[in-house]
Amino acid sequence: MTAAPIRFDVNGVAHSVEVSPWKRLLDVLRDDLRLTGTKEGCGEGECGACTVLLDGVPVNSCLVAAGQCDGRTVTTVEGLARRGGDGETMLHAVQRELVERGGAQCGICTPGIAVCAAHLCDRGALAGAADPRARVRELLAGNICRCTGYQLIVDAVIAAAAAAVPALPPTDDAGERTP
Amino acid sequence: MQTSSGGSVGRSIARVDGVAKVTGAARYLDDLDLSGVQHGITVRSTIAHGTFDGLDLDPAFDWTQVTVVTADTIGWGQGFAAGGFGANYIAMLDTDQPALVPSGGRIKHVDEPLALIAAPTRALALSARAHARPRQTALPAVLTVDDALRADIKLYQDDNVFKRFLIRKGHSDDDELEIAMAGAARIIEGRYETGAQEQMYIEPQAMAAWPEPGVMRIAGSMQCPYYVHKAMKVVLGCDADQVAVTQTVTGGGFGGKEEYPSMLAAHCVMLAAAIGGPVKMVYDRDEDIAATTKRHPARVHHRLGLRSDGSIAAIDVDVIMDGGAYLTLSPVVLSRGVLHAAGPYRCDVVRVRGRAVATNHPPHGAFRGFGAPQTTFAYERQIDKAARARGEAPWVYRDRHALRAGDTTATGQLLAASVGTDEIIAVIRDAAGPAPARDGTNRHGAPVKRGRGYAFYFHGAGFTGSGEQRLAGRATVLTRAGGRFEVLASSADMGQGSITIFTQIAADALGVPPTHVRVPDPATDAVPDSGPTVASRTCMVVGGLVERAARTLRARIEAWAAAAGVPGDLVAQAAAMIKAGTEAGAAGAAAQAAAEIDPHHGAIAETVQYEPPPGIHWDDTTYTGQAYPCYGWAGCLVDVEVDLDTREVALTRCVHAVDVGKAINPVIVQGQIEGGTVQALGWALLENIVYKDGKVANANMTNCIVPTFADVPDLETIIVECPYPFGPSGAKGVGEIPMDGPAAAVANALEDALGVGFDRLPVLPEDIARALRGGGS
Repeated sequence: MTAAPIRFDVNGVAHSVEVSPWKRLLDVLRDDLRLTGTKEGCGEGECGACTVLLDGVPVNSCLVAAGQCDGRTVTTVEGLARRGGDGETMLHAVQRELVERGGAQCGICTPGIAVCAAHLCDRGALAGAADPRARVRELLAGNICRCTGYQLIVDAVIAAAAAAVPALPPTDDAGERTP
Repeated sequence: MQTSSGGSVGRSIARVDGVAKVTGAARYLDDLDLSGVQHGITVRSTIAHGTFDGLDLDPAFDWTQVTVVTADTIGWGQGFAAGGFGANYIAMLDTDQPALVPSGGRIKHVDEPLALIAAPTRALALSARAHARPRQTALPAVLTVDDALRADIKLYQDDNVFKRFLIRKGHSDDDELEIAMAGAARIIEGRYETGAQEQMYIEPQAMAAWPEPGVMRIAGSMQCPYYVHKAMKVVLGCDADQVAVTQTVTGGGFGGKEEYPSMLAAHCVMLAAAIGGPVKMVYDRDEDIAATTKRHPARVHHRLGLRSDGSIAAIDVDVIMDGGAYLTLSPVVLSRGVLHAAGPYRCDVVRVRGRAVATNHPPHGAFRGFGAPQTTFAYERQIDKAARARGEAPWVYRDRHALRAGDTTATGQLLAASVGTDEIIAVIRDAAGPAPARDGTNRHGAPVKRGRGYAFYFHGAGFTGSGEQRLAGRATVLTRAGGRFEVLASSADMGQGSITIFTQIAADALGVPPTHVRVPDPATDAVPDSGPTVASRTCMVVGGLVERAARTLRARIEAWAAAAGVPGDLVAQAAAMIKAGTEAGAAGAAAQAAAEIDPHHGAIAETVQYEPPPGIHWDDTTYTGQAYPCYGWAGCLVDVEVDLDTREVALTRCVHAVDVGKAINPVIVQGQIEGGTVQALGWALLENIVYKDGKVANANMTNCIVPTFADVPDLETIIVECPYPFGPSGAKGVGEIPMDGPAAAVANALEDALGVGFDRLPVLPEDIARALRGGGS
């Protein structure tokens, strides 16, 4: 099948790839763009290791077809950190807290959790929550970690949320995952 | 508690691989660029028992770009040097498990490997597999341990028993045991069942192999590079230096990457040899759940004879584990199971019998806890029932009868130092607070019953008996040009943090900052064999080797520097010593430095070998003596809330106190405890492998569920430190013990809430519904 190139923006860089529109976004990222930070844990949308942001909304990239991404914006774990003026990598608050507080162990689920949690923090999804820890647990329930027992990840996200200045106003749908 | 001012041991330094992991820079096997790599997949059996009659390849399919390997296309017995292979079995404890079933050979379980396919793309490999059809003839299968023990169908020797153990304490034969039991005022008797459990590491099994001149290279996700190395020497029929195995960043193991990676490596090397180039095999989640090892399902019959004062007069335990189709590690899993089966309670008359039997299930294998969680569930239900029968508070009853220093275990091991019972009992008692109100409603307005349960347990750290002496693990600490230090050990960091704690231990022993120490990836051609990454031994045993090697290296450098009159800190002295030792025509102090440089490493290297602590005695034939160098001790309190409409169980509290001897890195220890706790809570309430006709019926993450963020409460973790004199800074094991007890605490809490006992795991809502209707669990 000859396909029209799919044009999309990944971590602020414009890409054009000639792939089947049915190819999984996960495979486009990993195989065509060699962005291997996004991991495959189950291939059926259960584990969340492949979470990326599509137009700012967390999705399981194993369930997204390349054709759905044309003209859209994708953020992967590689796009969370910023390059400082001195060339130093500046971790996102969520990444920094995950390192500091032991929220990453084997690390295979970490990219998906970092992307999802960064999204929550940046959108102020925890602001005003009566029980912020319960809110984190609810909003990250699509990301499975088998190593940590979750406690230290919740600690990290709470700390990051306190440190992060929301870039966007809080929305009701923060944390909704599609599809 | 700090060991020395400015030291890193006891401090929660950030893990050394943390930044790479949160940025996505860490490269797991499937992330590596392997030029020209082909994708390997496996053709598997669909019957539980029968014969493999050969592989039919669809002539209509274009096979030109596809490589197919079966046991019959391999030149077994020719040896690697002659371009062939060695022997068709996976070397572990026995030789019974083939790498591939040969045509005409026996299929012993569903999803057993029959053939291998590789192609330049995964899609082509999958398409080819759809056109490769194994011919199989089914035979009646053995799918229960009862059928296995009847031995009408023979799978392993004449009786289908892989291994049996007998432990006797305080009696010489069965009659004496029964006399002791008959003298008890009350006998608590129970039958307990626990199901298979999937490790569910989030990185599936992954391996690659590629031939280089004279050597086969293997890299992959694994716990034990030297296990793979040993197995590949047999499969390839080669010398030790003709195969090299490197552990890549590993996305979780939990035991699941202890023995299975040898199978995957065997498949990779067969394909790589056939192609003459690199091959990788990365399992789909479904395949990983269906075909790889799980926790042994177990049945435990437990009798507890109580005197009228509540003390324990006699314990009798019979353990049966379903080993699956091949022996793999079952004898060792069973060993740990029986050695823990009497529990950490005072009793002078103990009998423990254990059998691991062959069935036509895929082989069961290593999983955190390694046999102990199954028997711990049984004895901690029993102890709870004893307290209940006597009307005593469960934690007080445990306090009264738990082992202390000066007591002996079931194997007659006299407990000396590092017995954390009193501390564990106290911290759980202090943390407990008021029990939840029995009746109420939940946030959905549904009626609930609430309850509280406890468990108390121990876990032997390190290999059983004389295992560490036999293994004689080694580790190296060395210094290279510029005064950089490296720790060489075969321990694999699969997330538990071993490279970080090795860095801390070495840095403190050397007296240098942790930033001056590096722990390279374990590769069998670069690091000594420190033994496998199993058995809660990495910190205590290998960490101890690292500490000793680092101390000795430091003394050597300091001695040289003193003689040579080199000032400065150890980094400067080491740098000067290397520099002096590598100068041409060195004389005097420089010549001494040159003599100290290890030509193999091109560095000043100190390698040490395991030496047992004094006074260790273990008798493998009678199963008596010091079963483990020391034990970790733990207590768990769980509060549950059962929704009487849906029968769902909400965990509202979980307090877990674990004696680890010394927390080298408290946050890493906390992470170990909490990860194990949640695996145990999942095993108690959610995790359910369903076998149907010998096949895993729920081999996907949709139906084979594990706890999510939303399934567990905030955990209250308490680290207790009763130092072990022979561990680094007093450290003993932590990896496995958190898995042992929480499931029993959950079941005990359910009995407290509902007034009915649950003796089978997992306890699912339908089990609770049945029990509340009066059907029992």
